[in-house]
Amino acid sequence: MATRGPISRALEREDTLAFWLLAPTLLILTLFIAYPFVRGVWLSLSNSTVGEPGHFIGLANFYKIFSDSIFRTAAYNTFVYTAITTVFKLALGLWLALLLNRHFRGKSWVRAFILLPFIIPTVLSTLAWKWMFDPTFSVFNWLFWKLHIINSRINWLGDPELAMGSIMMVNVWRGVPFYAISLLAGLQTINPDLHEAAAIDGANRFQRFWYVTWPLLLPVTMVVVLFSVIQTFADFQLVYVLTGGGPANATHLFATYAYQIGIGTGLLSEGAAISLAMFPALLLVVVFQLWYIRKVENR
Amino acid sequence: MARFTRRKFLQASGAGLAGVLASHQAPVFAQQSTVHWIKWNDFVPASDELLRKSMLPEAMKALGIKVNLETVNGNDLQPRVTSAIQSGSGPDVFMLFNNHPHIYGASAVDVSDVADAIGKAQGGYYNLAKANTSDGKKTLSVPWAVIGAMIAYRKSWFEEVGFSKFPETWEQYHDAGKKLKAKGRPIGQTLGHTFGDAPTFSYPLLWSFGGREVDEKGKVALDSKETMESVKFMQAFWKDAHDEGGLAWDDTNNNRAFLSGTIAATLNGASIYIETLRKPDQYKTEKNTPMKDDIRHSPLPRGPKGQFGFHLFQSHMVMSYSKNQKAAKEFLKWIHDPKNYERWFVSQKGYSTPPAAQWEKHKMWDEDPVMAPFKVAGRLGLTPGYAGPPNRKAAEVLTKYIITDMYAKAAQGSSPEEAVKWAAGEVGKIYSAT
Repeated sequence: MATRGPISRALEREDTLAFWLLAPTLLILTLFIAYPFVRGVWLSLSNSTVGEPGHFIGLANFYKIFSDSIFRTAAYNTFVYTAITTVFKLALGLWLALLLNRHFRGKSWVRAFILLPFIIPTVLSTLAWKWMFDPTFSVFNWLFWKLHIINSRINWLGDPELAMGSIMMVNVWRGVPFYAISLLAGLQTINPDLHEAAAIDGANRFQRFWYVTWPLLLPVTMVVVLFSVIQTFADFQLVYVLTGGGPANATHLFATYAYQIGIGTGLLSEGAAISLAMFPALLLVVVFQLWYIRKVENR
Repeated sequence: MARFTRRKFLQASGAGLAGVLASHQAPVFAQQSTVHWIKWNDFVPASDELLRKSMLPEAMKALGIKVNLETVNGNDLQPRVTSAIQSGSGPDVFMLFNNHPHIYGASAVDVSDVADAIGKAQGGYYNLAKANTSDGKKTLSVPWAVIGAMIAYRKSWFEEVGFSKFPETWEQYHDAGKKLKAKGRPIGQTLGHTFGDAPTFSYPLLWSFGGREVDEKGKVALDSKETMESVKFMQAFWKDAHDEGGLAWDDTNNNRAFLSGTIAATLNGASIYIETLRKPDQYKTEKNTPMKDDIRHSPLPRGPKGQFGFHLFQSHMVMSYSKNQKAAKEFLKWIHDPKNYERWFVSQKGYSTPPAAQWEKHKMWDEDPVMAPFKVAGRLGLTPGYAGPPNRKAAEVLTKYIITDMYAKAAQGSSPEEAVKWAAGEVGKIYSAT
């Protein structure tokens, strides 16, 4: 019998094999997650600008941004934007998932079409929305005017509150399919026998949803909400294309303001500080949700 | 014939290689004389075509330098230059806007040898060209062109409301705009977050009332009676005379609105007029005559403290990471040679105004009287940060749209006091930061 080489023998050991199997993932995580993160933290604590490495200045950038009224507006906007859109995306996504879970003709076609807003590149679809919100040529305004609903133009992106509402609308439109399809997958794992048993016990439709569907769907829902909150919190493209953060900063979010400061003004360190300011809030959300998911799963 | 032995060959090539290594430079015949030039996508596409098809091949013949021209959307130049500087590689020559050379000054090669000679030979650079490209220690970039911002207006519509010539003061412009808006033909102006038409309107408005970001000594001076007057004026002017959708406009909305006949006047480069020249059959007035014949241009009106302009300014920076700095400078010298530059300038048909005074005398300006006001764009223009220098602080105020947003806030209904206080506070924080 041929003797095995040293490599084969080393790989027989479970801990060595595990290390080598994990090594590529670790490498990728270090290169693309850990290094940029550490570099971001370093940048935020330095006075680095484009082309100048800078030196350590402690928390000066954070003091500066917290006394910056545009930053405070951006922070407030980001929380409001994330909270409101998440509620709408969840409600509409769940509703759509429940509808799609029924049997009807052309079901698979409808399911495929539902995904379209999610599949189209965001910048492209947002440009189409920009045209629909155009101050002069808005198709919404034209339609409402023809239907005698309005007699003056609606300033979709020019009025501060309406502009925020408009970008939220686009975000919800884009995000609902993700919720719907993910929740639909969750719904399909629920055993129909449970519904039948509940029906035999005399539960009405709402009770069946509330006492059977919802508790079983909750772990999936929490994961979907978690992903969505992270993505929405760091949203950039919608605002960048639709308003550039205007009018008068009414629609700036963390990411768009960080871009404006970091790239537009060349203050890389301050831009990094603005980006990192998202981190504690997101960390809290993630920790809370993961804790809740574990609690639900262990029930 | 002397024998060339293997030993001799090794000795000679070894010495040669040592020389190359010692000089840190490849021998001339091995150097790749290629220059990567990045600029914006021209609003006059014919000019980019002229460069690609004719001028760059000629430069290749004249200098032996191959120029790779890359054109990108104007808004994409800053992300590109940032990533190039941070990674230490990228295009050799970058087109930059306004006072951006001050932001990237640490990565610029001093081009005083190129720029000084051009300026001197061409009647002297305008002040805005000098201020935007020099930090007092070195010349950061070579001035290229000024994209004049002028009001494009419908001559017949202004005549209908009693203005046979364009209003000379802000008050008269307000009066005309009020009458025009009453007829459903408002003035169109963006106060949104867009790099071109918004600041080129809001800064001169401020200056013409006597308001300024900082004084000559660099002390923040925005919170003043003059600034307040300008904001009060704008609040009423906006409501009475403007298309209120303008708060959300970018640099293209006003072009479309003007060309579709929904606004009577707008501050813009010459692109609206040039578009109507290109397609006279497509753009017609309500009387079915070509719109081009009804368009005129005017500088922004005069305020109590004078008449000013702020124009998009372009210059070219040779990057310090570039390995082709010499070739890049040679190329810039070549393209600014009057006989070469003239071809490009003529192809712009007045959309671009050269940065040096001698070009005001060029016969191209006599060809079309509608374009004549652009001739002096560079002369009337000031730089962001006025009355201080257009340095990094001024760039921060500009990129944060603080001056524009001051007027936007008032237009949205904030009190002028509130708007000025907010803007002065933000400007103060920027200038006091280390």
